[in-house]
Amino acid sequence: MVEAIVLLPLIGFLIAGALGPWIGARNCELVTTGLLAVACFFGWIVFFQVAASEVHYYVVPFTNWFTVGKLAVPWAFRVDALTGVMLVVVTTVSFLVHLYSIGYMAEDPGRPRFFSYLSLFTFAMLMLATADNLVQLFFGWEGVGLASYLLIGFWYERPSANAAAVKAFIVNRIGDFGFALGIFLTFQLVGSVSFDSIFAAAPALAGKPIHIFGADWDAVTLACLLLFMGAMGKSAQFLLHTWLPDAMEGPTPVSALIHAATMVTAGVFMVARLSPLFEQSPAALNVVMIVGATTAFFAATVGLVQNDIKRVIAYSTCSQLGYMFVGLGAGGYSLGIFHLFTHAFFKALLFLGAGSVIQAMHHEQDMRRMGGLKDEIPFTFWMMVIGTLALTGVGLPFTSLGFAGYVSKDAIIEATYASTRGAASYAFLCVVVAAAFTSFYSWRLVFMTFFGHRGDWAASLPHVAHDDHGHGDAHGDHPAHESPNVMLIPLAALAVGAAFAGMIFKSWFIGGGVEWFWKGAVAIGGDNKLLENMEHVPWLVSLMPTIMMLGGLGLAYSMYVVDKSLPAKLADANPLLYRFLLNKWYFDEIYDFLFVRPAFWIGRLFWKGGDGAIIDGLGPDGVSARVLDVTRGAIRLQSGYIYHYAFAMLLGVAVFVTWYLFQGVAR
Amino acid sequence: MYGEAFFFWVFALVLTASALAVIFARNPVHSVLFLILAFVNAAGLFLLLGAEFLAMILVVVYVGAVAVLFLFVVMMLDVDFVELRQGFVRYLPIGLLIALIVMLELGSVAYDWAVSPVAARAASPAGSVSNTVALGRVLYTQYAYFFQAAGLVLLTAMIGAIVLTLHHKVGVKRQDVAVQVGRAREAAVEMRKVASRAGI
Amino acid sequence: MVVSLPHYVTLAAIVFTIGVAGIILNHKNIIIILMSVELILLAVNINLVAFSAYSRDLTGQVFALMILTVAAAEAAIGLAILVAFYRNRASIAVEDINSLKG
Repeated sequence: MVEAIVLLPLIGFLIAGALGPWIGARNCELVTTGLLAVACFFGWIVFFQVAASEVHYYVVPFTNWFTVGKLAVPWAFRVDALTGVMLVVVTTVSFLVHLYSIGYMAEDPGRPRFFSYLSLFTFAMLMLATADNLVQLFFGWEGVGLASYLLIGFWYERPSANAAAVKAFIVNRIGDFGFALGIFLTFQLVGSVSFDSIFAAAPALAGKPIHIFGADWDAVTLACLLLFMGAMGKSAQFLLHTWLPDAMEGPTPVSALIHAATMVTAGVFMVARLSPLFEQSPAALNVVMIVGATTAFFAATVGLVQNDIKRVIAYSTCSQLGYMFVGLGAGGYSLGIFHLFTHAFFKALLFLGAGSVIQAMHHEQDMRRMGGLKDEIPFTFWMMVIGTLALTGVGLPFTSLGFAGYVSKDAIIEATYASTRGAASYAFLCVVVAAAFTSFYSWRLVFMTFFGHRGDWAASLPHVAHDDHGHGDAHGDHPAHESPNVMLIPLAALAVGAAFAGMIFKSWFIGGGVEWFWKGAVAIGGDNKLLENMEHVPWLVSLMPTIMMLGGLGLAYSMYVVDKSLPAKLADANPLLYRFLLNKWYFDEIYDFLFVRPAFWIGRLFWKGGDGAIIDGLGPDGVSARVLDVTRGAIRLQSGYIYHYAFAMLLGVAVFVTWYLFQGVAR
Repeated sequence: MYGEAFFFWVFALVLTASALAVIFARNPVHSVLFLILAFVNAAGLFLLLGAEFLAMILVVVYVGAVAVLFLFVVMMLDVDFVELRQGFVRYLPIGLLIALIVMLELGSVAYDWAVSPVAARAASPAGSVSNTVALGRVLYTQYAYFFQAAGLVLLTAMIGAIVLTLHHKVGVKRQDVAVQVGRAREAAVEMRKVASRAGI
Repeated sequence: MVVSLPHYVTLAAIVFTIGVAGIILNHKNIIIILMSVELILLAVNINLVAFSAYSRDLTGQVFALMILTVAAAEAAIGLAILVAFYRNRASIAVEDINSLKG
């Protein structure tokens, strides 16, 4: 059955991609969505099968990919609890996004291409999730990167979309470079890339040094750090995050599927999958925690002041991914995965809801032009509210009752407190503050978009030319209408997940049923006492997230509903800080200065100087130019005058005679 | 012997002088005439050498045909020769220089070359045939192929000359043999039924 | 004095150089050039016949006959070209004949 889950989206991709023009767009939609519905159904079956099974994991071999010397890379499906979780997440969200896209992309002429790319992405992600060895995982890793590039640049006639797609691919590449090095190092240490071999060899590798570039390094730490570099790129962590906001150039369903629920979580999944290896390197886990915490804080601060609805949600994704890594780094691999699970639901819900809002506003994405939508599109409004409640973590303290984010996110915050790692206190501070920010910007989004009246925030829009004014007013005059049902049904389904998934599955993921559910798929138990320690944190710490949430909500309410002039006043009072946050801490500018411009400079040097001047100059161009020079000289011999030619002949005769006279003819 | 030397010098000097006159003459007709004189003197030299056939041929072919051809062309073309002399002075030094060099070299070759004692001209042995017969004996046997080749060269030259210069005047009636031979009955003959004593 | 071979050879050499000089000096005048070529050929003929006479071998004379043939043919063709050219251009100014200029 797991083969079917992985291969059905591939079939959908092939049909829609190859036969799209012939079978028509509507058929493409139906075929791909239908195949994914079947895959989703199977995915849930496998999930429950694995949960109920006694077997820790099983491997379904499919075929042999390649074997070179000692390196054997088969194509096999590894099915354990972690795989089950990922199958459910990927297939469910993908199916719902396919369904949603039928409505969202209804007027787009490139629909067959879109659906084929979505199915391609799903196939690659599923390959990644079911991989039984590092190279197969890397194949899926690259595949989702490719699909991300194709989908971000889906509207390829827009130069900004193309630039964003290239940016995403390149930044991912940088991470992939580290990832590849990690795979090489792991193969070097273990002698195999298969997970079984790696997990078996991991305990023996702890503390072993390796000699590279003249210095001794701890082998496992180095390998883990390199692998984590890949995760940093794929999951948009601090320093390799710049591509995620720009990825919003793609259609909204793409953002929901790839940049909220699945691709960006590939890094989290990878660390969790390799948890037996990471457990051997506390240093690497500290780094994971630090990076995750910094990301959570950084992204939350930037999200405070963004004006594009999709960008706010994008930064929120970035921040929540940081949370997941904090959870992983603290040792709570199941915590990170649990947050991944719940986050998929409510983040996809938020993105698809934002898509519904954008659709209603006739493709307007700037929140300052919105307002008062809750009466015009009530269903979307309530869906977004549910998503926001889940994201900010609303629930009853000291119980397990609450929306999905409450259960998973607060668990991470508690775990950070309870963790014994060196970076734990720094991480705890970051995630707590980020929680407050998360609440603030999430409710800010809801208030700006749905409450008040259209044009409430128009004053803060950048001044435009007068002929645009009429255009803007015309926008505002159109009443927004609700999206078609095909778009609302996925919202409802995700809302159910966002509301109840946390409560329902908590015991399996991080509660009492942990050992029963995971069965060693991630490193739990043994030396890892985190989950037990979590139960014993002070009550203030357990209450802290809720306090932060309420604080953020209150502040947002006062600034965006009660006194709408406060945001502007606050921005004017701290112009530098405002601009610093608005420009994403100037990371794009710094990278442009440090890397992009030197890279272009080097490229130009090699192109104009090396390739153009030296190679072409010495080679074809140079040779042809010299030939021209020589011929230009030789041409002068051909004056066209016969007497010149006769003269030349006579001269030649005289020379020959003189020559032979003095030299003598050979006997 | 004495007479021979005398005639040799006469012929040689006149030949040289007329050759100089060919290239230095202003009037091209004069040039041609001096060329004819040169040829005649060369024929005389050939006679001295005992090659009478060649001498006569020289007169017949060179003077009678080639030089006359030159004359025809010179007279036919209406050319302004004055301006053609303009490059003369500029090229004089280099022309003389090269000529001098060539001559010196040829001369040095001539005098350095060891002449065999037998090279003094001996009288032809008695009972020998005349030059013409002797040439004939050799030409059509030993050198038959060259003879034929020479004929081909002449044929080519003839064809070439005709091709280059022949142009049909417009409006002049002429025979086109190919058309005549290719005439078919349908175009040539028309059958008419004529009543007796009626005529066409 | 006995007229021997060197005399003839020298004479031929002199006529030859006169021909060469004629080409160089009269480079603008095609007809004079052609006549100079005839002079050169004449010089060669004198040489050949002289050698033929002094070494009692008829080969030289046969060869001189061939040269005569060729010279006549070449003069004919040369003049034909000249005539054709003149017909087209109405001028035999050599400096105008440079269509083959590279």
